[in-house]
Amino acid sequence: MKAPKIKLMEVCGTHTMAIARAGIKKLLPDTVELTVELVSGPGCPVCVCSQSDIDRAVEVSRIKDVIMTTFGDMMRVPGRRGSLEDMKRKGSDVRVVYSSLDALNIAKGNPQKKVVFMGIGFETTSPTIAATILEAKKQKIRNFFVLSNFKLIFPALEALAGSKKNKIDGFICPGHVSVITGSIPYEKVAKRYKKPSVITGFETIDILKGIERLINQIKNREYKVEIAYKRAVKKEGNPTARKILGSVFEASDSEWRGLGIIKKSGLKLRKKYRDFGAETRFKVKIPKTRKMRGCACGEVIQGIKSPRDCKLFKKTCTPQNPVGPCMVSSEGSCAAYYKYG
Amino acid sequence: MCLAVPAKIKSIDKKEALVDFGGVQKKISLGILDGVKIGDYVLVHAGFAIGKVKKAEAEDTLKALDELKEVSKYESA
Repeated sequence: MKAPKIKLMEVCGTHTMAIARAGIKKLLPDTVELTVELVSGPGCPVCVCSQSDIDRAVEVSRIKDVIMTTFGDMMRVPGRRGSLEDMKRKGSDVRVVYSSLDALNIAKGNPQKKVVFMGIGFETTSPTIAATILEAKKQKIRNFFVLSNFKLIFPALEALAGSKKNKIDGFICPGHVSVITGSIPYEKVAKRYKKPSVITGFETIDILKGIERLINQIKNREYKVEIAYKRAVKKEGNPTARKILGSVFEASDSEWRGLGIIKKSGLKLRKKYRDFGAETRFKVKIPKTRKMRGCACGEVIQGIKSPRDCKLFKKTCTPQNPVGPCMVSSEGSCAAYYKYG
Repeated sequence: MCLAVPAKIKSIDKKEALVDFGGVQKKISLGILDGVKIGDYVLVHAGFAIGKVKKAEAEDTLKALDELKEVSKYESA
């Protein structure tokens, strides 16, 4: 009899790194009775950012009197004209911040400048930026702007679950996105597409528990959502955070690297907060997108290819000289494979 | 990116709290989380508390981790 082959996707980039660091892939069964394979998903916000979103941030950073602020991971992602780090080297004022509140404080301290926050992230991060925008409005800070490149994970999960290109048997669901969203939105993916889904924590033992529960569901032909990270995730999530997010942003179509445009998978500012939108405040000409030759990031994000299948991996593409975002981000699959093998 | 670190609430001043990450103290925002009290454990992400962590459950995982250490000690012996 042919051995059951189970393919699980870890959706979150933080899981990708934790799995690589702990060497979990090497521990998984690979026998005649059972083979379990783990593939990485689209949960690294830097990696799924579209090329034009990166190019827009680079162009805005070159405008006079702009201070560009962003999370550290974004600095080295190559755009057509170079990365934000390159622009900093050439004289643009680009600063790494830990929180969007730090960017707001920079705006407060530099009223003559225009402070732009390059916003990326999933449901874990976007409510923090929504709260910062509410604070900016309350304090009447008018020189703070946000580039809204936020993504919603569920439309992407549905796209992957329904895709014929990659046959995923179950999802290791992102623990910290779920702190905000709760477990209910996963029900649709689990039921409609028959994909067992387990919300998992980030310690080695959490991940092993998550994998065990997925294998059990697959064995028993069950398709349900389980929370294996109960110390942090509640079924109802964090309703306050979701309310704040929904008051500032609304869903919009968004382009993902590798996945293309997914309906209602991004966030744009609601009319009341449009003055904080950097896209409308700074009209920039974005260079025409050209696919980076040989770069397989688009396929890696979908779990179709492993970083090792990419021709550039460890050759022209290294953490010192990254070609694609999956090698730049500390959570990218290529960076994880490079560092931990 | 979605990294969140547990910390203990030391003091609260309106929508701001001083938290302790096992020795390192930092001010964070409570802007997106309701019902936080001094002594609670919260997950901190990008300068905000995003959710509470249950202490008993956290300890349960820590216990499991200890058991795993015991197993690996036995296996390497």
